[in-house]
Amino acid sequence: MAEKSGADILVECLIDLGVEVVFGYPGGAVLPIYDALYNHPTIKHVLVRHEQGATHMAEGYARSTGKPGVVLVTSGPGATNAVTGITDALMDSIPMVVITGQVPTQLIGTDAFQEADTIGITRHCSKHNYLVKTPGKLAEVIHEAFHIATTGRPGPVVVDIPKNVQIATAPYAKPQLKVHASYRPQTKADAAGIDAAVEMLAAAERPVFYTGGGVINSGPQASALLRELAALTGAPVTSTLMGLGAFPASSEQWLGMLGMHGTFEANWAMNQADLILCIGARFDDRVTGRLDAFAPGSRKVHIDIDRSSINKIVDVDVPIVADIASALEDMIALWKQRNHRQVDLTQWWSRIDGWRAKRSLDYAENGVEIMPQRAIANLYAATQATGKDVIITTEVGQHQMWAAQHFGFDAPNKWLTSGGLGTMGYGFPAAIGAQMGNPDSITICIAGDASIQMNIQELGTASQYRLPVKIFILNNEYMGMVRQWQELTYESRYSNSYSDSLPDFVKLGEAYGWTGIRIEGPQELEAGIRQMLETDGPVIVDCRVAKMSNCFPMIPSGASHTDMLLDPNQIAGVMSDEAKALV
Amino acid sequence: MHIQEELSQRHVLSLTVSNEAGILARIAGLFTARGYNIDSLTVADITQDHGVSRITIVTNGPPKVIDQIIAQLDRLVPVHKVTDLTEAGPFVERELALVKVAGVGEDRIEALRLADVFRAKVVDTTIESFIFEITGTTEKIDNFVGLMRQIGLVEVGRTGVVGLIRGKEAN
Repeated sequence: MAEKSGADILVECLIDLGVEVVFGYPGGAVLPIYDALYNHPTIKHVLVRHEQGATHMAEGYARSTGKPGVVLVTSGPGATNAVTGITDALMDSIPMVVITGQVPTQLIGTDAFQEADTIGITRHCSKHNYLVKTPGKLAEVIHEAFHIATTGRPGPVVVDIPKNVQIATAPYAKPQLKVHASYRPQTKADAAGIDAAVEMLAAAERPVFYTGGGVINSGPQASALLRELAALTGAPVTSTLMGLGAFPASSEQWLGMLGMHGTFEANWAMNQADLILCIGARFDDRVTGRLDAFAPGSRKVHIDIDRSSINKIVDVDVPIVADIASALEDMIALWKQRNHRQVDLTQWWSRIDGWRAKRSLDYAENGVEIMPQRAIANLYAATQATGKDVIITTEVGQHQMWAAQHFGFDAPNKWLTSGGLGTMGYGFPAAIGAQMGNPDSITICIAGDASIQMNIQELGTASQYRLPVKIFILNNEYMGMVRQWQELTYESRYSNSYSDSLPDFVKLGEAYGWTGIRIEGPQELEAGIRQMLETDGPVIVDCRVAKMSNCFPMIPSGASHTDMLLDPNQIAGVMSDEAKALV
Repeated sequence: MHIQEELSQRHVLSLTVSNEAGILARIAGLFTARGYNIDSLTVADITQDHGVSRITIVTNGPPKVIDQIIAQLDRLVPVHKVTDLTEAGPFVERELALVKVAGVGEDRIEALRLADVFRAKVVDTTIESFIFEITGTTEKIDNFVGLMRQIGLVEVGRTGVVGLIRGKEAN
């Protein structure tokens, strides 16, 4: 058998696994791999400007295409810079394989140049990780790493490869997939759980589907099945931030997002429901609000591929451990087999319509300033009018919540946001990754003036690869969400939440060869957005919005779903220590 | 504002895991990262090919937390099986301790007498000291060490708990 170097074996594996794009940054400990990738005919390498950017690009690529994102970075600082993105992918269940260079095996543990304990550092922020000490093991590890990253509950897997292992040779043949005997994620639901869930659904008078990112992770088929089950039962559907797009926002049955910045109707429906069918969501604190007041009169069914998500926060009546698509398919089949009919939900819907009539997403306009909600609504309308596929990414903060509230998503994999970790700096590189995987889509990063600066260096990456990414900054000169919480909790003492010394974003974009557009007032909004969409290359838009507007509705920390604040006049200015101590 | 603690129960968990580098750090780290308690932890390989280790963890927490600990452990790729011995039915648990006691005259005789009651063996001796080897439940060893403290305890080494389900089946 012919021998190959570790670096060549790695590249062979990537080809076998169908990898088309690698996001990375070279350095001493990965030079052999970079040499193996030199002018590679099928694997495209995207050179980033900072390793954190590479990880978020891989996440954006993965979330928008359904394929695993691949990252290649060097040892030491290369690996530590990747840690935020690895943690982000773990929290949001994004399939990603991160290959890190390491100092040669004989130098491990000697505090060698650019040495870091990558395996130790990433042990608890990855789904699994490996240190490969011999090239003979490499192929098997890489294949297993991709398998683990993409199956069960997806997540990031780190493979640390010492430099001498990249250079040393070993016999190579395409390996059979050999996975740990202990790794057998359950994907098919137990029949008893499906039976109980279907019977409860057939009898429920006030059901709600509470859906999450698990529906997206399960693949487009899961979204289709969700729509089918919703149509069969006539039940209202709400979703977490991560699940937007799995169910169409244009549907009559759609309640909007639930949780801290969810709609009045979604949160009240959760509170008053007699049956909550949780599909691929995890009762996050941003969703439940005060736990002892969460959905008090309801029975709960929880479908999740990860058993540890079940009964972690909220005790449920029927736990179903399964892949979402598989469980929904089983439920639909059983529903039909038993000839179940829709329960008459007229009364339930009339109560929901009463809550809808509150119009909790409405906002006041003064004609002088652009309201940020208006900017998002106009952006939504303008992108719809293009008739093209649109992918939206966000950073983290007020703009993220406004985008979730006012941009409608009708299909999965079109909404990319950092939900679990809440990483400022995620959105822009994620947009680059998404554009890489979807060259014909309009890809827009909706950003804030503060968070866009957290990975602004990637402007150069988009320029280099001629990626026509759009950045739409809602610029209010504040870390708006921090300022909003300071108003709610700390009597408006704006400790360090003002964005002083902002750059001229238009000139900054131009310096990188981008088109820069500034939108100063309501009369410029439509034309500015149109110009952005009609410009072929990358565009950065500095949209100046009302400086002091806040994101409503809101369930303040420590409050229940029924204690929503609907407008800014309800801001209290102080909170108890118990409420302050919550996140 | 004061931080409230919940009532805890003691549970003995028995895990089989792939015997690979970093597995112990993975498990111990999971406990620290998620704020779980470890009262004791033992590990040794148990198969002929040295491929599988058994880890026995004594932990404590409210029932919901114990349930999470098991689910979180089970999720780790190299973990084969997690059994909560405390829940799974009657089981045997044992711990081994080496107990060094110093003293002369009547103390020395009393130490030997008590060791006999506890079926502890003398494994080292000088004119002024003994090392006793004792096995039993955690409680039995606690009691023995408590008595020796009154006589002249010098130091103690304990292995932590190992346990197996009673009956003929492997679990």
